[in-house]
Amino acid sequence: MTDYHAWAIIAVIALVTAALRFLPFMVFGDAGKTPAIIEKLSKILPFAIMGMLVVYCLKEISFTSVSGFLPMLIACAVVGVLYVWKRNTLVSIICGTLCYMLLVQLVF
Amino acid sequence: MKKTIRAALIATLPVLTGYLVLGFGFGIILKAAGYGIPFALAMSLLIYAGSMQYVAVGLLTGGASLITAALTALMVNARHLFYGISMLEKYRATGRRKPYLVFALTDETYSLLCGENPDIPSEQRVNYYFLVSLFNHLYWVAGSLAGAVVGTLISFNSEGIDFALTALFLTIFLEQWLTSKKHIPALIGVAVSGLSLLIFGSENFLIPAMLVIALLLCLYKEKSAND
Repeated sequence: MTDYHAWAIIAVIALVTAALRFLPFMVFGDAGKTPAIIEKLSKILPFAIMGMLVVYCLKEISFTSVSGFLPMLIACAVVGVLYVWKRNTLVSIICGTLCYMLLVQLVF
Repeated sequence: MKKTIRAALIATLPVLTGYLVLGFGFGIILKAAGYGIPFALAMSLLIYAGSMQYVAVGLLTGGASLITAALTALMVNARHLFYGISMLEKYRATGRRKPYLVFALTDETYSLLCGENPDIPSEQRVNYYFLVSLFNHLYWVAGSLAGAVVGTLISFNSEGIDFALTALFLTIFLEQWLTSKKHIPALIGVAVSGLSLLIFGSENFLIPAMLVIALLLCLYKEKSAND
């Protein structure tokens, strides 16, 4: 492939991605012009989105082998228990990530 | 301002870890596909969407048409519409920084900014949003440049370190769960995404999940409004 075409692909992807990010602000951005339903949606969406993102991160889990799900399950449990206990984001993330790395590199 | 910078640095630490590693991996893969530093720099600066950039390497090597590239970007990044909708209020009065804030609204930046950081005084909010967005962007660019430059020389076994981002999302989800009384929106998010994943598979589940989540949340609101 020519460099010219590669740069064109990159430009198209950049434009589409930026358009998706700007679209809601261009359509609903001005105060008072936001439909009530969008206003309400914007307040409860974060809760649903974080749930969706957690599932998105776990999407490659497979239950056909133990190594396909157990490291992820254990590491998520470590993050969850630590967070509920200590309420400290960094501690949870560091311990959970170290635990996951040890599990996938040394155990499974 | 100093305090705000420090707060933004601390808040973005988990993203620093995740972005350096994922960006690094991207730089390596891109380089291996025959596209060096200028491509890594341009893509991470201008596209700035992690999973999309990984997909884009395949589009580049496969010589995809521009239409295919556009449709793929539309599918992979449609979830950004959600972030925009839920940040409408927060980003409304952010002045000249608004275009950059909107441009740099990735999954991770969104997850850090969708709640309020109680340590930030209200007159520093916009600065804080801006710094968090900027720091994350810099981590991502630095990671992908490092990958493109020295990728093949590094032997540190970093397998699994990208779990940092999963852990970040999980702690934010838990924080929202523990501090909120209404759990139905969160449950809708998890259940609909999970079901959609089972039905449509990991490649295609996000868009049907988004549509159903949006629909159910609209209904949910109407119902509670009638109560």
